[in-house]
Amino acid sequence: MADTSTHEQFDPLATGGMRRRITSKGIVYGALSVFALIYIAPLLIILLNTLRPLEDIVRTGFIALPDAETMTLRYWGEAWGSFCIGGTCEGVSRFYKNSLLMTIPATILSTMIGLLNGYILSKWRFRYDGLIFGLITLGVFMPQQMTLLPWAFVLGKLGLSNTIAGLVFVHTVQGISFTTLFCRNYFVSIPDDLIKAARIDGAGFWRIFRRIILPLSPPIVIVTVIWQFTGIWNEFLFGTVFTSGGNQPITSAIVAFSGSGTGERHYNIEAAAVIMAALPPLFIYIAGGKYFVRGLTQGAVK
Amino acid sequence: MSSLTIKDLRKSYGEVEVLTDINLEADSGEFIALVGPSGCGKSTLLSIIAGLESVTSGEVKIEDRLVNNDAPKDRDIAMVFQSYALYPTMTVRENMTFGMECRNIPKAEQKDTVARVADLLQIGPLLDRKPSQLSGGQRQRVAMGRALVRDPKLFLFDEPLSNLDAKLRIEMRSEIKKLHNRVGKTTVYVTHDQVEAMTLASRIAVMFKGVLQQYDTPKEIYERPRNKFVAGFMGSPTMNFLNAKVVQSDAGFGVTIDGGDGTILPLPADHTANLAAGQSVIFGVRPEHFNPVHAHRGDTSARMKVLVDMVEPTGAETILMTTVAGQDVVASVEPDDAPKEGETIELAINMSKVCLFDPSTELRLSA
Ligand SMILES: Nc1ncnc2c1ncn2[C@@H]1O[C@H](COP(=O)(O)OP(=O)(O)O)[C@@H](O)[C@H]1O
Ligand SMILES: [Mg+2]
Repeated sequence: MADTSTHEQFDPLATGGMRRRITSKGIVYGALSVFALIYIAPLLIILLNTLRPLEDIVRTGFIALPDAETMTLRYWGEAWGSFCIGGTCEGVSRFYKNSLLMTIPATILSTMIGLLNGYILSKWRFRYDGLIFGLITLGVFMPQQMTLLPWAFVLGKLGLSNTIAGLVFVHTVQGISFTTLFCRNYFVSIPDDLIKAARIDGAGFWRIFRRIILPLSPPIVIVTVIWQFTGIWNEFLFGTVFTSGGNQPITSAIVAFSGSGTGERHYNIEAAAVIMAALPPLFIYIAGGKYFVRGLTQGAVK
Repeated sequence: MSSLTIKDLRKSYGEVEVLTDINLEADSGEFIALVGPSGCGKSTLLSIIAGLESVTSGEVKIEDRLVNNDAPKDRDIAMVFQSYALYPTMTVRENMTFGMECRNIPKAEQKDTVARVADLLQIGPLLDRKPSQLSGGQRQRVAMGRALVRDPKLFLFDEPLSNLDAKLRIEMRSEIKKLHNRVGKTTVYVTHDQVEAMTLASRIAVMFKGVLQQYDTPKEIYERPRNKFVAGFMGSPTMNFLNAKVVQSDAGFGVTIDGGDGTILPLPADHTANLAAGQSVIFGVRPEHFNPVHAHRGDTSARMKVLVDMVEPTGAETILMTTVAGQDVVASVEPDDAPKEGETIELAINMSKVCLFDPSTELRLSA
């Protein structure tokens, strides 16, 4: 898992009498194990249910171990490729594709704009720069629900209602608040003298960005990419409100087919779909989590 | 030809004026030091010369061309920063070629220039390292190298040695001096260290609170400071300032220390213009212009009885912390002449070197 330690571990239980050490360690490990179980239990239950036939689930309930004889992986396949949702029998794969088509461009665009905004707001002085930064970051604290109506209006005007492109647009703009805040706060730790030296060397706005700022940016790019990717992938309100049918991202599609109420519930297939939907953010976090913590806690130039 | 001219320059940040009426010029090839306590506006003035800050009013000319509105890159200057400001992701070589790359200088020429400068500064073996792999002194050299790869009209240094340890600082100081003698470019050098200013500069501009106090040769600044601030800032240990009165006798003008035993310290005749008997003055004597009477070789007619509170040997000289009539006097004497703590001794004063200041305007009185 993500390695968050940046210093030698301090062990407060390393000294004291033998009895005290044993009891205190027991308490620490006991409490941590209980919480770990509470967190892991839902995931475990869902995972086990993907392996169980429907009759088994209906008969013995959600919380039971799979029967060795009937246990199968076929519900994963069905969930991915052949399960019927809204009359189309293609499983969640096409919604998965929608989610990727939405998340990847929106992550890249919002990160790039955030880098540029952060550079401008931290390294160039202009009139009302503080005010503009304040307004941009206001978006961080704005409840999503408040933006629904304005977005519906804008998407309608742009002819982007019920399109993936519309969702990319919404998520890019919404994401700029975060990416700008992250990048600007990261870039303020880059000494202004570097910019001054570059200006004396004859570099202009873009050359300084390309040659000085961007090469220092990988830690904060990792932070914003993880943040944006997981946030946009997991987001479901905009997807549900602004798209329908075959244009929905996976989060909204899962809600749509599991909550539709008509007919029989396929708990095992739903469970497999839910886990599939959770995999990309999990993967991104495991791959980059270490850098995420470092990027947030470390300045640009040591 | 004057290489840099600053005329009636003012700079304000909003309501706050950080530079007031600065007038300064540097001849071609001259080494100018801007010196003053922290926060007095030295870096701001340098940034204005570099074009990194705008002027509020006044003129900046480089080789008689008005550059007030020119961008830094069009001013033909090179600058060394206190923090060195080396680009952390580039190698030493890339740091040095970045400016040439911006000016579209052909690759072959870039290479030759880097080789020449690396040779001059002996940083050849470092060319492929990153700044983080260099020691403080090496970074300092690279920062100078980056400035030297262009052939500017003006070199600007902003406290380039203040991040080095004492020994290295003295080494680099003499290297800068040698380099300047070799390259012969007009240089403006900011420092808060008066020793650096004295040793390097052909002229020193002493600044305080955004005002240029005095602009003169090191000798003039040291011997004939225009006011009490300049007198106190230049020199270490700092000049003694004693409250005193002017007296007149048959022998001419003299001073007596306030609250003292009334001993008259006779002033040389050429120090007495604009003085009136009974006038209050601040009597300024540098520590090295005191000498224990028993060891003094010259004229000892001006003597002062002091109580030695503390003796601080530094090796080359010994500093005496003394008091006379409740006022502190610091004297520096030959180690062999040093008295013991608690002794009362007589100090002879070299009266031809003393300064008198007006207590209210703090300007130097005598010629
Ligand atoms: N961008 C700025 N905005 C407002 N005040 C500033 C700014 N830059 C410098 N100052 C002020 O100008 C004064 C002179 O600063 P500076 O030139 O850096 O002094 P020095 O280099 O002599 O230590 C200081 O009081 C500082 O607070
Ligand atoms: Mg400064």
